[in-house]
Amino acid sequence: MSTRERVARGRGVAQRYDTALGWVGGRAVRAGAGGRVHWPALAGVAVRVLLCVAAVLVFCGPLVTVVSGAFDHTPDPTELSLLPRHPSLTNFTTAGEYGVWHYLVNSLVIAGGALVLQVAVSVFAAYALARKRFRFSAVVSLLILVTMMLPEEAIAIPLSLVLGDVPVVHVNLQGSLLGVILPLGAWGFSIFVMTEFMREIPVELEEAATVDGAGEFRVFAQIVLPLCRPALGVIAVLGFNMIWEQYLLPMVVATDPADYTLTVALVSLRSNEEVGPGIVLAGALLALVPSLIVYLSLQKSFLRGITTGAVKG
Amino acid sequence: MPWLFLAPALVLFALFKYVPMVEGVRLSLYEVRPFLGDVWVGLDNYASVLTDPLFRTAAGHTLLLALGTTFGSMLVGFGLALLLEGQARTLWFVRSAVFLPVVTAAAVVGEIWRMLYYPAPDGFVNTLLSWVGLGPWPFLDSPDTSLWSVMAVGVWKGAPYDMVIILAGLAGIDRQQYEAAAIDGASVWQRLRHVTVPALRPVASILLTLAAIRGLRVFTEVYVLTGGGPANSTTVWMTTLISRGFEKQDIGVASAAAVLLFLVTLALTVAVRVYRARKEIG
Repeated sequence: MSTRERVARGRGVAQRYDTALGWVGGRAVRAGAGGRVHWPALAGVAVRVLLCVAAVLVFCGPLVTVVSGAFDHTPDPTELSLLPRHPSLTNFTTAGEYGVWHYLVNSLVIAGGALVLQVAVSVFAAYALARKRFRFSAVVSLLILVTMMLPEEAIAIPLSLVLGDVPVVHVNLQGSLLGVILPLGAWGFSIFVMTEFMREIPVELEEAATVDGAGEFRVFAQIVLPLCRPALGVIAVLGFNMIWEQYLLPMVVATDPADYTLTVALVSLRSNEEVGPGIVLAGALLALVPSLIVYLSLQKSFLRGITTGAVKG
Repeated sequence: MPWLFLAPALVLFALFKYVPMVEGVRLSLYEVRPFLGDVWVGLDNYASVLTDPLFRTAAGHTLLLALGTTFGSMLVGFGLALLLEGQARTLWFVRSAVFLPVVTAAAVVGEIWRMLYYPAPDGFVNTLLSWVGLGPWPFLDSPDTSLWSVMAVGVWKGAPYDMVIILAGLAGIDRQQYEAAAIDGASVWQRLRHVTVPALRPVASILLTLAAIRGLRVFTEVYVLTGGGPANSTTVWMTTLISRGFEKQDIGVASAAAVLLFLVTLALTVAVRVYRARKEIG
């Protein structure tokens, strides 16, 4: 037995070093002499469980009140609770009369369209940046970097003017879903995450394929893309989150309430005197569900994305 | 060949980032009069932004909100990370649950909290407060409490994000240091203060800069929660800019305000990068 272990044993419970606070697990509770309950360990576990319950209540409680309010027949903002008292679906049917399903479709079309475009654009650009040597590649990287420093909100007004008469092609994208989709189509962050990832893929695979006579696009589609699957998950989930967060852009592009996305429509629904809070909550729940589905199904990619994103900053 | 792959990105950036950027700078130098033709006014728009009392109030609120949200999120996120560190499956479950506010769209967060903050004594938060003998508070309804209430919502949405980053930092700490500290007879508190916190310093500096830059452009939360009111007690730079540009159609002044925001963000980002690069060399 090493000195360290002896010191640790001397305290009754083996000291744990896998967390900063030295939390002990449930097993330590029974670790007293002769399998008796070890009271300090039990107290530690109890404190931790209580704090975890409190944390879940604080951070999830508000979201649960949305669910219960949306399904409650008479939700009064003064009576939000964790469980509906008069469960019913009337809020959703009434919300439908105010066009909530239409807004949801707008949101989903924008999210789907912009996400496919964004991922494709990022993959192509990243392939060029990670794999090709060409003049001005540093300039291109810098141009992309500047777009990341530019707060999107700061160009909202000129962007809305540009969308009214797109240069060169002279189309008016105001009031169309494309007016929201196209500006979201290229995202610097997503390009950089993808570029970093592609740099780590060994070049030998592509070289071998080229020697075997595969063309540029075949190498790209059949060798590089399949290897990028983990990174595709990351940029897809972060991209979806970024698109679903959009508020100012769909607001300034809309020329008519029928163009609103669900998130934009929530405010106008709420300011409508005839609309009760239950209906707003039904809309809020519909806006919440897609982001929850995406997050819960791609959770690992999401967490990996924000940690690498933050470190690369 | 590389240009073919880059073309979609470059075209989209050119049309929807660079053209608007240039257009914004141009508009900021004109008095914009739809149908009548724009009039060159030089830097007058900038002067009117900088002397406008509403923009000044907004700048103060924006800074306060950015600082409060940034530090609040970091503190709460640190607490959450310490609480939820570990491999157990239940902990993983709790972490996923706590993270949900981050993926909830800001507009939805705003609507939820508007209702929870219902200012009557029987509002949701006020009911909870009454159990511990506090309140009722007016929250978003009074100029005295509105900015703090907005800040609390920012912390609620920001803390779990910080938690994830801090957890990644905690995972990178060498366990032998903890063991060594225990042998030296350090208490858990001393270990936290002298081993854990110093090891997290790089993570903290990243979080600080990211959040501060993001904080300057805050818009959606404030717009949905209060719209800048009551009595302008929560106006921030972006809400003032938008109401100037779209409601008052004062596009020149709004563009000048936008250029100023961009310049401040750019200066901050570059300063941080230079500082970090210098530290790495030195």
